[in-house]
Amino acid sequence: MKTPLVKPNKDLYHNQMDKNKITEAFWIFLTRVFTLFPLVCLFALLAKIVLEGYGIISWEFLFQPPKDGMEAGGILPCIFGTIAITLFMILMALPLGVGAAIYLVEYGGDNKLVRIIRAAVNNLAGVPSIVFGLFGLGFFILFVGRNLDAVLNTGLLFGQPCLLWASATLAVLVLPVIIVSTEEALNSVPQSHRDAALALGATKWQTIWTVVLPQARGGILTGAILSISRGAGDTAPILFTGCAYFLPHLPVTELFGFIPMVNPFDQFMALTYHIFIMATQSINVERTLPIQYGTTLVLIALTFLLNFFAIMLRIHFRKKLRVN
Amino acid sequence: MKDLVKKKHLFNSEWFIEKTLLFAGVSSVLIIALIFVFLFKEAILFFQTRPPFDLIGITVFDSWEEKNIFKMMWQAVNETPKYSLIPLVCGSFLVAFPATVMASVFGIGAAIYLSEIAPNKVRETLKPSLELLASIPSVVVGFFMLAVIATIVQNITGSKFRLNAFVGALGVALVTFPIIVSISEDALRAVPKELRDASYALGASKWQTIWNTVLPAGVSGISAAVILGFGRALGETMIVVMATGNAALVTGDIFSSVRTMTATIAAELGAVAQGSEHYYALFLVGAVLFTITFILNLCSEIVINRMRQNLRM
Amino acid sequence: MKLKIIAVLALVVMIASPSAFAERNITVKGSDTLVVLGQRWAEEYMKQNPEVSIQVTGGGSGTGIAALINGTTDVANASRGIKGKEITKAKKNGYYPEEFKVAMDSLAVVLHKDNPIDSLSMKELMGIYTGRINNWKEVGGEDKPILRYCREANSGTYVFFNETVLKKQDYAADCQTVPGTSAVANAVSKDTAGIGYGGVAYFLTQSNTKVVAVSKTQETEAVSPVKSNGKVDYEAATSGKYPIARYLFMYTALKPKGEINEYLQWILSPDGQKIVEMVGYVPLTS
Repeated sequence: MKTPLVKPNKDLYHNQMDKNKITEAFWIFLTRVFTLFPLVCLFALLAKIVLEGYGIISWEFLFQPPKDGMEAGGILPCIFGTIAITLFMILMALPLGVGAAIYLVEYGGDNKLVRIIRAAVNNLAGVPSIVFGLFGLGFFILFVGRNLDAVLNTGLLFGQPCLLWASATLAVLVLPVIIVSTEEALNSVPQSHRDAALALGATKWQTIWTVVLPQARGGILTGAILSISRGAGDTAPILFTGCAYFLPHLPVTELFGFIPMVNPFDQFMALTYHIFIMATQSINVERTLPIQYGTTLVLIALTFLLNFFAIMLRIHFRKKLRVN
Repeated sequence: MKDLVKKKHLFNSEWFIEKTLLFAGVSSVLIIALIFVFLFKEAILFFQTRPPFDLIGITVFDSWEEKNIFKMMWQAVNETPKYSLIPLVCGSFLVAFPATVMASVFGIGAAIYLSEIAPNKVRETLKPSLELLASIPSVVVGFFMLAVIATIVQNITGSKFRLNAFVGALGVALVTFPIIVSISEDALRAVPKELRDASYALGASKWQTIWNTVLPAGVSGISAAVILGFGRALGETMIVVMATGNAALVTGDIFSSVRTMTATIAAELGAVAQGSEHYYALFLVGAVLFTITFILNLCSEIVINRMRQNLRM
Repeated sequence: MKLKIIAVLALVVMIASPSAFAERNITVKGSDTLVVLGQRWAEEYMKQNPEVSIQVTGGGSGTGIAALINGTTDVANASRGIKGKEITKAKKNGYYPEEFKVAMDSLAVVLHKDNPIDSLSMKELMGIYTGRINNWKEVGGEDKPILRYCREANSGTYVFFNETVLKKQDYAADCQTVPGTSAVANAVSKDTAGIGYGGVAYFLTQSNTKVVAVSKTQETEAVSPVKSNGKVDYEAATSGKYPIARYLFMYTALKPKGEINEYLQWILSPDGQKIVEMVGYVPLTS
């Protein structure tokens, strides 16, 4: 530090220091507020939903279909529908997404194609969900479905909104989630493990299948769970691809006449859509408010449990990797 | 001989697997391409029956005023259907812009806190909470806005419309916030530690370091986050359907009721006969929306890539 | 691994035996005005005939008729008549829609209960909804800007109101469209300056809204669609004294056969019409 020629006014200097300190503290305080305020909003929202919805949750609410013009009864078909579409969704999205990630990490290297694929994945993640809805209708139902019907001569089986196409649309939606998390998981497997396997004479695929994938299992599982939660919570893509206002029966059928299974060609009710229609289209919005809060609570509980589980899993596997 | 056959077979299956994986990899590109094709294929058919200028406005005879009037309206079910995109684009921006501003101010602040200020322990608990916030289904936020917040906002502001662009923007900001935080935080953390050390060595305080050194270094990543957030805000559907009131007005008033592009598609597509003019018009709206978000995504992608390259130097 | 096997199996099964899934029930789709009634009908009918399964979806009359044209529903509910254009389109797809009048409905105009206005003329309604009348004082109320609520464009209610009240003129641009009649009721119940319209059944149980009487011209007497005891006035609707009453329709793509025919016949029977009364619409037998 330079020695000042003039003796500084000590008071002024201190004031200045204090002021600087105060502004500094103020800004830092402000960033804290900016972080906490949205979280406070989140907890206020959750508290409101839990308080209002808690009362109606019961076995009857969870395990009965709606009745009396949807003003009473439960939400079993919605829970069933949401679970069914997310299951079908993950069955379609997981192999495709994991395959894509394996290609990107293990086979891709750093060529132009890989860069284009990465750009496409990132872009896909930012496509508005309503556009997926349009795509599902235009591509899956009208193009694929109608043409399948024409080829297989099945009348109008594929070419209509149904569970299958809703799940397919959601699968496209969650694909980037799965790809990105699987990539991360694969990248965290040490290169030396691959080298060791290859040195022992294993082929590339054998190495991936027996060495890399087992270690990446946790990360892939996390991605799958996150994408299930995302798929279960999205409404716009299923609006035109298969969800129904009200169904008197669950979308199930007997395969070969005796094996019960989910009917992928039926329409379905979903928790998200149920909230939407109950809040805007039920005959008396005020009177069905408890049902709306109850359904919201179930949906939130479902997505939060899934997310919580995924986060815990990730922490667990990251720790395990670090130990390794 | 036997050995050779086996080897060949193995080679073949390896080849097969690699091609399968390649297909899975390319599927994302394929899907983007298919979205393009299937949106524009239907959208273009709109111009079979309508001139492009109809997307701005149309001159119709008004039986009350008894003269021709130029109208910029979206009223697709009518004697003379009107398909002006102006009110819809106007509505989308009137929701997305304030939402992005709010989410950015809070999001960048939070990113600074998380990456520069918060102790490790605090961050480890805050980050999962932010992820929980990100995982809230938008229909839940929409429901909450509609059922609780709208009335509160009207009581405070005394606005004419109970459901308006601002209420929608609040909800959209809440779901855009986590996206902006997570990308901005990554950007700030990518700023090399040496820069900070240099700043401290020059006698700068913590906030001075953040404001004068870290933020300028991370600005490209942050702008990518904001662009991406804006794209998300434009594409948000369920919140705006439920909370903006859905009046297709051409207005700049944030407390006015608006109708966004997404809400229009969501509300009307289920109801149109496939192959009708209205159906094509809705695909056209979707195509416009997709194009805008596609460009925004691409921009943020380019910015992020450039940042990565710069930091690697 | 296991997941993959299941996935493959599921796919094979799906492709191999489409016929296993093809068993169809009666699907009913369309008007939100009719969805509540349609559901009660379905519930009651299924109780009496447990072997039949009926699936009722809303979405608006346009949705239902579009689905009928596209061949994705057996029965379309509509709160407006099918249009010539739609019939042509259906014929192009090989369908010949059959019409069934299943009930009548009075379209109620509702205000917030604190609004002092009790009656409006058709001309005033037209002025309000086309955006020429913008303040309640212009029709004898308080000095407050009018907030217009209307239904989505896919609803028959929107089209019917446009044709009978607005005489096919444009709705004012600042009409807030809401996705269902109950949303109209909900919105108006929270807005002292609001006005909305919709099937009268939706407003009977609302405590914060009131149904106004409507007069055909300024000179004639205003008629309310609701009797003083809170029940729907059947006579006002069927006699045409109340100017905004309409039929509710069900359409089938072709001449109905088998269980669909039985279901429609049951709806038109006194049994079915009793439910119309219960839900709050006007039965055809009255």
